[in-house]
This record gives sequence, structure tokens and C-alpha cells, in this order.
Amino acid sequence: MVERTPILNFVTHLVLFIGFMLAVAPFVIVAIAASHNLKEVNDVPMPLLPGGDFWANIKTAWITAGLGPKLLNSFIFAAGVAAGKVIISALTAFSIVYFRYPGRTLIFWLIFITLMLPLEVRIVPTYAVAANVLSPYQAILDVTGLSWLIEKISGVQVSLSLGLLNSYTGLILPLIATATGTFLYRQFFLTVPDELTEAARMDGAGALRFFIDILLPLSRTNMAALGTIMFLWAWNQYLWPLLVTTDPAHATAVTELKQLIPNVGGIPEWNIAMAGTLIVMLPPLVVVVAMQRWFVRGLIATEK
Amino acid sequence: MASITIRDVRKSYARSQVVHGVDLDIASGEFVVILGPSGCGKSTLLRMIAGLEEISGGEIAIDGTVVNRLEPRERGCAMVFQNYALYPHMSVAQNIGYSLKVAGVASAERTERIRAVARILELEPLLERKPAALSGGQRQRVAMGRAMIREPKVFLFDEPLSNLDAKLRVQMRSEIRKLHRRLNATSVFVTHDQVEAMTLADRLVVMNGGRVEQVGTPGEIYSRPASRFVATFVGAPAMNILEGVVALDGLSLLGGSRRLAISRAGLPVGTEVAAGIRPEAVRLVAPGTRGALDATVDLVEELGAGRVVYVDLDGASFSVVTSETVHPLPGTAVGLQFSQADMHFFSSETGARLDVFKASVPVPAL
Amino acid sequence: MEKRVTFSRWTVGILFAVPQMLLIFTFFYWPAGQAVYWSLTLQQPWGGGNIWVGLDNFRSILASADYWNSITASLAFAAISTGLAMVIALVLAALTDRQLAGSRFYRVVLIWPYGIAAPALALAFRFILAPEAGFMAVVNRAWPGFWDPGLDGADAMASIIAAFSWKYVGYNFIFFLAAFQAIPRSLIEASAMDGAGVVRRFRDIQFPLITPTIFFLLVINITESFQDSFGIVDIMTSGGPANATNLMVYKIYSDGFKGLDYSGAAAQSIILMMLIVVLTIFQFRFIERRVHYR
Repeated sequence: MVERTPILNFVTHLVLFIGFMLAVAPFVIVAIAASHNLKEVNDVPMPLLPGGDFWANIKTAWITAGLGPKLLNSFIFAAGVAAGKVIISALTAFSIVYFRYPGRTLIFWLIFITLMLPLEVRIVPTYAVAANVLSPYQAILDVTGLSWLIEKISGVQVSLSLGLLNSYTGLILPLIATATGTFLYRQFFLTVPDELTEAARMDGAGALRFFIDILLPLSRTNMAALGTIMFLWAWNQYLWPLLVTTDPAHATAVTELKQLIPNVGGIPEWNIAMAGTLIVMLPPLVVVVAMQRWFVRGLIATEK
Repeated sequence: MASITIRDVRKSYARSQVVHGVDLDIASGEFVVILGPSGCGKSTLLRMIAGLEEISGGEIAIDGTVVNRLEPRERGCAMVFQNYALYPHMSVAQNIGYSLKVAGVASAERTERIRAVARILELEPLLERKPAALSGGQRQRVAMGRAMIREPKVFLFDEPLSNLDAKLRVQMRSEIRKLHRRLNATSVFVTHDQVEAMTLADRLVVMNGGRVEQVGTPGEIYSRPASRFVATFVGAPAMNILEGVVALDGLSLLGGSRRLAISRAGLPVGTEVAAGIRPEAVRLVAPGTRGALDATVDLVEELGAGRVVYVDLDGASFSVVTSETVHPLPGTAVGLQFSQADMHFFSSETGARLDVFKASVPVPAL
Repeated sequence: MEKRVTFSRWTVGILFAVPQMLLIFTFFYWPAGQAVYWSLTLQQPWGGGNIWVGLDNFRSILASADYWNSITASLAFAAISTGLAMVIALVLAALTDRQLAGSRFYRVVLIWPYGIAAPALALAFRFILAPEAGFMAVVNRAWPGFWDPGLDGADAMASIIAAFSWKYVGYNFIFFLAAFQAIPRSLIEASAMDGAGVVRRFRDIQFPLITPTIFFLLVINITESFQDSFGIVDIMTSGGPANATNLMVYKIYSDGFKGLDYSGAAAQSIILMMLIVVLTIFQFRFIERRVHYR
């Protein structure tokens, strides 16, 4: 368009540049702070040019917080959540879009409601379930009188118990139990032309074949988008891993950040803390930069 | 009302040039239609007049003022978009009156003018509706109203009828024509539909590949196409083209041993030409008639008032429009007869019109 | 919307839904129900029976000044950080959408903050805003005692708001920019032909057309400010000083897991759940209907 707006253009560039500075400043400050020794980092003002102790600080942070195994834990945890979401949501969406059965609407709404209440607000009872994942079923058996019946008949006392604390399963499963991905798939499945289903039928494919051979390959971009979003979301989880992993061996990198907060008293080791912060924030940043397209697309699609 | 002068206007994007030096003069009050296939640069040209597209080279002047650097709002043009581009959150009245509101026209006067425009377009009962609650034709009218209310110097239409069904299109066509007669504002209308172009235009501009092929009244374009492209693009069914080489005693047709006995009036022997003849100018006669070309009927399309007969002429398809009561059957032989006066000749090399053959005798085939 | 063509073996169909049903029953509906049950009983930590107390837990929570303080702090946090994050993101997205030179670059960089884990950026901001080192120390040197989030509740609140807003500017930017780009180009051109300049077009055309996104983000930002704030609070202030930043989720966590008051924590969870459900219903029922045009 022909537009002569020099002042507005100047303001636009100026404001965007300020926005850019504000967005990157924390990254830059963290990186610079991580490159100084204890004295320099506590100077007022902190030197604005990088110092020479970057690798030494990274190494200290890496060892102090045991970041090697923690990053691996984070990776397994995040990848597990992403994979679980991608698979389980696809299955469910297929079920509610491609079949007509009694209770389908009920299932739809049961899943829909989970969108509303994030894990954080029901954290205490969810923790209790994770402590013994079979407790709901034990309770059902008890209340319905089935455990009494079983005990009468077989003489075995029913006591179901399976603890998920300090396990990958315990970390991963509760985070998969939401609806986010299901609706993404549902929206997409609804746009797949009916002719494709009919053609597959004519070719003799049943539901499972159609799902595996046609629907899933068509969903590849959606899977990539959902996987990216879920990986980041899980990597950045804090409260749930903090509760479930009481054993430091199972802790994730993000929960380990707490070990890096400088102690009160003494000179605060901000350089080490910032080195650790840098290590922890780097993997998701790499994912965002490398997978930008999927990230943006997935974010917009999952939230709508 | 205003005249528009376009001088050597060019448009190029990073990798390609889409408009190559267009020159055009549009008189005040004229209704000019730019016709061309998709991708020929016609919409780009229109959008450059509007100021929606930067001009890469050359000059556009409205009423003698060069507008290259003026913003759309400073040019005094109004535009009707192909998809109407109505503001979905505003009512019909708000849509129509929006430009006045921007211009700071007082609300009482605005209402008055909205009413006036709505009356002309028969939109009065719909003024409070949102665009989503309107039919295609109604949306089209709102888009027109939005352009009219400003009493612009120039109306620009970017394929405004292409989203309508056939019947509405014909109806809106005559409404646009009537409106133009009434407002008499300079109008530039872009379309790829030749019937629309022929019926609406005072003058027609045929574009192809970013260049103007011909400018003229619809009658001139039809009867004296300036190039092979114009000849085949305007008119339906399209003009038949017979490729041939100028011989001593006429024109030898390629792809067969036939020859047309025509006066070659100065063209050197051996020149390759494309001879065009409109389907309407050909008469079907009995096969073997003296001076007629013999061919085989391929397909007959019934039009009610007449028929289009497609025949096979040495492997090339050739069409004939006939209103006579002959009903040739596919597979039968027929003769084709036409006069040299109805023929058009174009250079095979450049496609340009060649005006050297002058004679008005029936063409005998040898 | 429904599919015209479906598969007939619906028993197979149900099987596809079973894994997710088991998961949401075990980890969503059961705990949610459990929370309701606990909130109505007096629960001994780790078994040992429970006594039905009706609404007593709610009564005692609602009578507690600490709880009201937590609600006030949460609402203040939600209002200010949502306002900041949305206004800044809206301006940046609108300017980026003008597509001047460099806009592609901004489009990439401005979303980075959202990729960062809340606790990680909290630690970064804890350093940047530390009173004795980092950047606020410079200010403190000029005006001693001006800034100390460790002692001053308002400073602490400002710190967590800064950290949260920084992250969610990135988030809102993504959605605003997508919304601006979804506006048909011809609408902008039509209003330019109608004589509207850049600012006018934004006010009359673009802004009204993205109101659905604004309301959507408003609800998401508020809900996120309730949950995603946990990591920030835990790393930056631990709810202090003097409970000034003891936001609702943080209080549930500390009452439940540190104070072992399961019933109280459950009752707080229920109140928070209701708050979020009301917000969500508000979004679906009221806003969706008022501001959608198609």
C-alpha cells in the first residue's frame, strides 16, 4: 500500500526495538552473570561485558545441582508426556469422531471438563492418588461391597496398592490426563473429507486400518505441533515434579533450580545460580527456535 | 469526475515483473473495462490506480495530478472488492457510512446520505443488519453503496460480480450500467469474463502477460482484433485459427494439402500466417460444394436458438455457429463456406494483425 | 459438527477411548471428587479416619484473615500482570503486523520468553531484581533502602509481576499476531480506500475484529496467573515477606504439604476450582456470544 507515515514508522521501529531489548535482556544478563567470578558478579553495578569464568561456572553448577542426570530425567519426562499425549489423544478423538455409540456425548463432555481444571488446583488429592494409584479402585470395591464378597468367597483380603511416587510413570501419567490434544485432533478429523473414509472402506479397510494407514499419516503436522507444545509444557512443569520426586535421583532439572538459590548469609553465588539457570532454560529455548512453526501453530490450535 | 492518465506504468516484485509498461488514457465519465485471463496484471493495474499497490515505474495521474506518492484516501477513488470486504462487525448503514465518518461528516448529514444511497440500491429495509445476515446480491449492493456514498472521482471495480450466481450476475451487470448512466463517474472495471466486459464497457482494454494488447470499443475489439490473442480471447466460441503459408495462388493450410484461394496483396510468398475466422461467419453447406472446405462433424452443441457444430478439419477442431435448421449428425461430412472479408490474418511469428489481404469475394478452396 | 461417514463396529470405537477414560478417571475425576469429600470432612493426614464436618472447613477458611489476604494478593497479581502482559503484547503485535522492515525478526524473537520455565525465569529475575547485587543494587546505592523485595511486600509483589508478565507478553504476542494476520487483507484495504489512516484503521477495524482474542486471552491469562505463578512465587519469594505474595495455589501447597492440613487445602482447592469454572463459563457463554461476528 502507498503510505507515507514517517513519524509512525519511526515510532514503530523504536517501540519494537525496546520490546526486543526487554525480551532478550534477561537472557543476556543471565549469560553475562554466568561468566563472572564471585566478586565480579556481586559488584555494583555488575560489569556489562562478559567475564572469563563462564565454563568454570557452568561446570560448578552442573556438578552442584547434579544437572547431568536431572536433564536426562527432564528429557525422559517431557518426551514421555509428549508421546503419551500424541498417542492417547489421537485414539480418543478417533473414537468420538468416527463412531456412533451410546454415551459418546457423555465421553465428549467428560473430556471437555478436564480442560477447565489444571493440575495445580487439585494438587493435594492427585498426590494422594499417585501415592497409591489403585486407591480409587480399592475404594470402589470397598464401597460396592465387592471386596467383602471376594474375601468371603476366596478368603483373600483385597488390598490394591501401587505407588507411583518417585517413578517416571507417576511423573508422566497425571499430566496426560487432560483434554488438550483430543480437541486438536477432533477439529482436524472433522475436516478430513468423508470421501476418504468411503474410499478406504471400498478398499476393504476397517476402522483400525483406516486409522493407522490414512488418518495418522494425514495428522502428521498436527502431531508435530502437539508434540512440540507438550514437550515444552512438560519440561517447564514445576509443582508436580517437586511433589512426586521426593528422591533427588528422580528430580527434574527445573525442580533442581531451587538448590541453586544462593543461601542467605555469605556472598551470594549468583554466578553459579545464573550458570545453572542458563543450562535449564537452554533446551526449551532451542526447541522454540528450532520448532517455531510447530510451536506457534500447536499453541494456537490447542487453545482454541 | 476525472480523467486518468497512465504512462508506462510498471510493477515488479522481487523476482518477476507483472506489468510491463502500460499506457492508457481514460476520459472523464468513461466506463472502461480491463479484460484479461487471470494473472495478466489487470488487478495489479487497478490496485495501482487505487494506491493499494506501489508503482514500480511510470506515472499515474488523476485529473492531471500525478498520484504515485499519494495514499489511497488522497486519490478520491472508491473501490468495490471481489469478496466485497464488508466489515463484519458493522451494520449495513455503518458499512456504507464509514468513509463519511472517517472524513468527519456530521452524523445528521451522514444518515441522510446513507438513506439516499440505500434508496437507490433498494437497501433501506436492510440498513440495521450485519453483513453475515445478507445474501450474496445484497452484500454486493452494500459494497456498491459504500463506494457510491463518497461521490468519488473514480470508481474502481475488482471483479465484483464473480462471486455471484449467473442470474444475479446478469441483473447486477445492468444495475451497474444504469448506475453509471446516472452518476456518470469515471469507472474502471476489471474482469476475466468477456460477456461482462462487452456489455459494460464504453471502451475495452484487453491485457495479456502484463501488457495491453488492444484498446477499443467492444465493437472494434470484436470486428478488428489487433492480435491473435485478442481474436481468440474475445468471442465465444473462440475464433477458429487456420495456420498456413502464403503461396503464389493463395494460402496453403498446414496439416493437409488444402489451399485457400485468397488475394495475398503484397505479402511475400512463404510468410507463415494464422488465418482467423469467427464461428458465426461460417456457413454450413453440402459437402463437395464448389469453393467450400470439406470436413467431418465431431460434436453438436444445442443452444436452443442455434447450434454450435464442431467439425474436424484435417485433425484440427473448427467450430461453426449456425441458426439454420440444419441438424448435422456426428460423423457426417459437411462443407464450410466463408468470405475473405470475414477473415483476420495474424503473423505466426508475432501474433500481430496483418492488414494486407483485401478482397470481398467468397473464398474458394482449391 | 458431525461426520456423515462412520464405522459401524462401535464396540471397537469405545475401546479407542478407554485409555484416556481410565486416565482422566484416575487422575482427574477421582481426585476432584476426593477434594470435595475432604473439604467436607476433617481429614487425618495419611489415613486414620475422617469426621464429617459439613461446611465447617469453608467457614474457618473464610473467617481467616490469611486466606482473604491470599485472595486479595492473587487478584491484585492477576489484574496487574494480566493488564501489563496484554497491553504490551497488543502494542507489539499491532506494530509487528504493520510488516515494516525487520518485522520477521521481531516475530521470531518476541515469543522466546514463553518457552522459558517459570522457575528458571524466576531465578533470573531474582538475580536481576536483587537488592544487593544485579541491577536494582545500583538504584539502592543512589537511594539506600529504596528497593528490597525481601522486606517490602510491595517490592516482592512487583518482582513476581515483572517475571510473570515478561513470560506472558511472549504468549499473548503469539495469539495477538495470529489474530491480526487472520483479518482479511481486503478489509484493511477497503478501509484505506474509505480514507482511514493507520491509527484510525487500528481503532475502527483491527481492534474490534480481535476482541474475541482479547477476551480469550483475558481468561487464559487470569487462569494462568493462578497456576503458573507457583514456580515464580516458590523461587522468588516463598510467599513472603509477611505473606505479601502468598498466592492461592502457593497457599494450598504450603497448607496441604507443609502444614498437613488436607481439609483446609481441599476446601481452598474447591474455591479456586469454582473461581476458574466461573471464569471459563463466563468466557464460553457470555463473551463468545457477544463478540463473534461470523
